[in-house]
Amino acid sequence: MTAIDPTAHLTAQQIEELGRELDAIRDEVIADRGEKDAAYIRKVISAQRKLELASRGVLLFSVFPPAWLLGTAGLSVAKIMDNMEIGHNVLHGQWDWMRDPKIHSTTWEWDHVSPAEQWKHSHNELHHTYTNVIGKDNDLGYGIMRVDEDQKWHPAHLGQPLWNFLNACFFEYGIAAYDLELGKNLHKRRRKDPEFRARAKAVGRKIRKQVLKDYVIHPLLSGPSFLTTLAATFTANLVRNIWSHSVIMCGHFPEGVQVFERRSIKGETRGQWYLRQMMGSANISGSRAMHFMTGNLSHQIEHHLFPDLPSNRYAEVAVKVRALFEKYELEYVTGPLPAQVFSAWHKVFRLSLPTKKPEVMTPDGHAMVVVQHD
Amino acid sequence: MTSAALRKRAWKLLEMVTTPLLPSDYLDLVSPLRAGADLRGRIEAVHPETGDAATVVIRPGRGWRGHAAGQYVRIGVDVDGRRLWRAYSITSPTDRQDGRITITVKAIPDGKVSNHLVRRATPGTLVQLDQPTGDFVLPPAKPAKVLYLTAGSGITPVMGMLRDVELDDVVMVHCAPRPQDVIFRNELHGLVADKKLRLAEVHSATDGKLDIARLGELVPDWAERETWACGPAGLLDAAEEYWTEHGVRERLRTERFRPRIVVAGDGDGGGGEVTFSATGTTVDADGATPLLDIGEEAGVLMPSGCRMGICFGCVTPLKAGAVRDLRTGEITEAEPGVLIQTCVSAAAGPCDIER
Repeated sequence: MTAIDPTAHLTAQQIEELGRELDAIRDEVIADRGEKDAAYIRKVISAQRKLELASRGVLLFSVFPPAWLLGTAGLSVAKIMDNMEIGHNVLHGQWDWMRDPKIHSTTWEWDHVSPAEQWKHSHNELHHTYTNVIGKDNDLGYGIMRVDEDQKWHPAHLGQPLWNFLNACFFEYGIAAYDLELGKNLHKRRRKDPEFRARAKAVGRKIRKQVLKDYVIHPLLSGPSFLTTLAATFTANLVRNIWSHSVIMCGHFPEGVQVFERRSIKGETRGQWYLRQMMGSANISGSRAMHFMTGNLSHQIEHHLFPDLPSNRYAEVAVKVRALFEKYELEYVTGPLPAQVFSAWHKVFRLSLPTKKPEVMTPDGHAMVVVQHD
Repeated sequence: MTSAALRKRAWKLLEMVTTPLLPSDYLDLVSPLRAGADLRGRIEAVHPETGDAATVVIRPGRGWRGHAAGQYVRIGVDVDGRRLWRAYSITSPTDRQDGRITITVKAIPDGKVSNHLVRRATPGTLVQLDQPTGDFVLPPAKPAKVLYLTAGSGITPVMGMLRDVELDDVVMVHCAPRPQDVIFRNELHGLVADKKLRLAEVHSATDGKLDIARLGELVPDWAERETWACGPAGLLDAAEEYWTEHGVRERLRTERFRPRIVVAGDGDGGGGEVTFSATGTTVDADGATPLLDIGEEAGVLMPSGCRMGICFGCVTPLKAGAVRDLRTGEITEAEPGVLIQTCVSAAAGPCDIER
C-alpha cells in the first residue's frame, strides 16, 4: 500500500501557469455572458413552474392510476429541476450578474426543507472553499460516514451503508440537519446557543411550510384523490431526494478523487486552489438531458473551478478544462452515472470496515495529497 | 368577516399552496401587467425621431398611477441580459386615450441603455417601471407667460408639457447641433404654424453655443416669464447664474439629467476598502466611483434608482466609515440611522454598506 501524489510531477511554476490558464477560461465566459444566458435561465424557470403547476393539476385526479403516474413523474422532474438546475445554481450567485431581484442568490428560496440562507453558508462558503479537506469540509461523508482511508475508523461506521441509504431517501432533511451542524450542536451546552436556536427555528418553519403544502393542502384540494395525491407527493419527494443524493455522491466520492490534509492548504496559492478543485471532484458523462437533470453538476469539476459561472456554460468550458487536464497529465475522473454511483457506494461499503492507514509520502514543494491504490 | 380580511385569508392559503414561491411568481407567467403585480410595461412600438433619437411606446401595467406633464419615469431594461435602470422624461400627454405612455430617448455615446432603446429594443419586450415622479411640472394655475429653455434631449419633458397643456403665451428656445438633430421638429413647426408656440432654434454647429447673456435678443421679455429649463449642466448652470444676477431666480425651474459631479479623490479621503456587510463582500473602491457601481460590479444586489441623486431609490444604511457626496464633496459619516444615496456617494476612506 503506497500513497502517490498524482500532482507530484508538476512544478510550482507549472501550477501557477495552470491557474492563469483557468482564469483565462473564466474571463472568456464572463466577457461573453449575456442575453442568451439570461433567456436560458428564464426559460428553465418558466418551464419548471409550468411543469409543477400542470403536474399538481393532474394529481387532482390521481385516483385514476394513469393520472397518478403522469402527475407523479411530472412533479418529480419539476422538483428535481427546482433543486438542481435552478436552486443550486441561483443560490451560487450564478445569475446575480443579471441584476434581476427575482433571480438572485439573496432572494431565492427553493423547494427544500433547508432554508436557502443556511444552505448557502454550509455549501458555498464551507464546502466550496475547503473542498475535500479532511476536518474542514464536512461534505466528506456529511459527518456521518467515513469516505476516505485517512478518516479514522470507528465501529459506528459499520452501519454507514444503512445511514447512507436512509440519507438518500430523506436527503433534504439530511441536508437541513447538516446545515444546522446538528451532530455538533445537539450537545447540551450548544443546544442553548441563541444563534443555533434561531437557525433551528427557521428550519422548523420551513419544514412546516413544506410539509403543509405537500402533505396537507394539495391532498385536501384533491378531495377524493386525497390519499393518492399524498402518496404521489411523497413519491416525488423520494425520487427527488434519491436522485440528488446520487448526483451529489458522484461529485466527490468516486474512486480516483483525492482528499487533502488540513495542513496542506496553509498558504495555498490560486493555482494550488484550482489544482485541489481539479483533483477533488469527479464528473458524470452523458447526454444533454442528463447534464440538465443533474443541474449540470455532472460537470462537477468545472463547477468547482468556477462555482459562479452560469451552469449552461459548463459544457463548453469542460472541453477546455479537459484539455488542460491532458496538458498537465492529470486524471480527469468521469464516467456514466451508474458506474459513478456504483463506485461511490462501493467506497461507502469498503470504508465501513477498518482499513490500514496508508503511509503518507510527502513530495516536496506542494505536498498535499494522500491517495490509496488498492 | 370583512371582505378585506377574507381576501387576506384566501391569499394566505394561496401562499401555502405555492410555497416556497409566491402566487405572483405563477401569475407573472401569464399576466405580467396585471393589477397587483410589480409594475412593468410592455414596449409596443419604437418610432425613430432623428438619427440618434427614438420614441418608445410603452403600455404600462394596471398598477400605473398616471403622470403629470414634465415628470419622468425610471425604467429597468435588460441589456445583454443585465437589468439596468435609467430615468426618462415622459413625452406623451396625460390624457392619452389608449393608456400608453411614451418616452423619447436620445442615444448618447457609449450609453448602454439609450443605445439599446433607440436601436435594438423590439416590440413585445417587458420593461420594469416605477411610478412617475419629479417636480419639473406646471403649476395648477396656468402661468400667463412661459419660456421653455431646452437643449438636446432636454426637450423631452417640455414636449410632455407642450402636448398636454395649451398655454396662451409660450416661447421656446431650443438648442441642437443642426436642424436635423432637433427632436420633434415637425411637430414644433406645426405648433408654430398654428400660432400656439413661438420658437427660436439655435443650431450650435453653425451658430455656436447659446450665449445666455444674449437671451434677451431672442426673447426680450424673458425676465417676466415663468421659465422651465432642461438641458446639459453647462446651460443650466449658466441659466441659474443669469436669473440670479437679474433677481428673478424664483421664475426659473431646472431639470438635470445628470448630477453635477465634482472631481473627487484629490487630497483627503480618496477611496478605501468598502465592505458590503449583509453579503460579506469586500472590495477596494476609489474616491470617484459611486458606491452603487462598486457594489454592482462586485455582484451585490444594490437597490438603484435614477442614478443621479434625486429619487432616493438607492438609499442604504451606512454602518461604518465615511462617504463623499460626488456632487457637493460633502462628507457623511456613519451614525445609527444614517442612510446614504449610493449612486452619488463614493468611498471617503474605508466604509461599511449594509447590503
